[in-house]
Amino acid sequence: MTEALASAATEDILREAAAWRDAGRGVALATVVTTWGSSPRPVGSQLAVDQGGRMIGSVSGGCIEGAVVKEAQDVIADGRPRLLDFGVTNEQAWEVGLACGGKVQVYVERVE
Amino acid sequence: MKRDLLDSLMQAQRRGTTCAMLRDLKTGGQGLYINGEFTGDFASGPNLKPLVLKAISEDVSGRLPEPYQDIFVQVFNPPVRLIVVGAVHIAQALAPMAAMAGYGVTVIDPRRAFATDQRFPGVTLLNEWPDDGLEALKPDRRTAVVTLTHDPKLDDAALSVALKSQCFYIGCLGSRKTHQARLNRLTRMGFGEADLARIHGPVGLPIGALTPAEIAVSTLAQITQVRRAKPAAPQSAAA
Repeated sequence: MTEALASAATEDILREAAAWRDAGRGVALATVVTTWGSSPRPVGSQLAVDQGGRMIGSVSGGCIEGAVVKEAQDVIADGRPRLLDFGVTNEQAWEVGLACGGKVQVYVERVE
Repeated sequence: MKRDLLDSLMQAQRRGTTCAMLRDLKTGGQGLYINGEFTGDFASGPNLKPLVLKAISEDVSGRLPEPYQDIFVQVFNPPVRLIVVGAVHIAQALAPMAAMAGYGVTVIDPRRAFATDQRFPGVTLLNEWPDDGLEALKPDRRTAVVTLTHDPKLDDAALSVALKSQCFYIGCLGSRKTHQARLNRLTRMGFGEADLARIHGPVGLPIGALTPAEIAVSTLAQITQVRRAKPAAPQSAAA
């Protein structure tokens, strides 16, 4: 477990996600729920994504955001939350992995 | 995330109320813990309250321990606070930097010429004598206090309150000589060695900072270090 982020940043992310939703766009929220080893963003870090791929916040140093945005489109489409694993031991490491050697688990859910 | 939960969460954040978001990562269940009550999918489940309260008090988000490891608790505490005493040039740099780093910043200075909205746009200002101002703000273990006035009347008044609080960081601007004189005065005021050891003076990490902005960087770096850095790993106990 890592220390919670100051809410100043998460506040902006949630507000933006709500504003996108209010504008009628599909929105998903990705949250770092577990980390192992050196991972760039602590547990609780969030990234909001809209149906057009617009994003605010982060769940890594930029290494896995692309993949999360892609998965988020499916979550927005079917409403089913996904638990994603990223790390060097993962088969996806060749495509999207964490250069720092850490592992991270990201929960992606639709904002209803 | 259900919209009513998101709205309640944002409302709590606006009010500075502590809350926690719960999600069951297996079932997609979701709920909120706020003001002692669970709402959403965890309202009638197992008694998670002690575990959630522990996460809140330790300010950590994460999965709960077994057998609830599929439940992720995300803690939303109000921002950690930085109270700056002295609306001086360094404070003008430190306040926005600290805000960017996520701190809730308040600047205290009874001198109205210094503490103006024009000099501190968007920063909470308190035109009070530092001891009264600090008393009112009730520094706790999620508060850092920095004195920058260079004026013993003002700095010492602030320190007399800060040293009696649980604040996690106290830093004082001033040279080594000024700092020694400060420690002598505080000793005469009745503070002991353990109290004085809490004070970081001269304030900031030694990076050769010269300008107000650089001193602000060094100060914010030291506050970050005190808050985040893990103590060095203990040496092996084997003889």
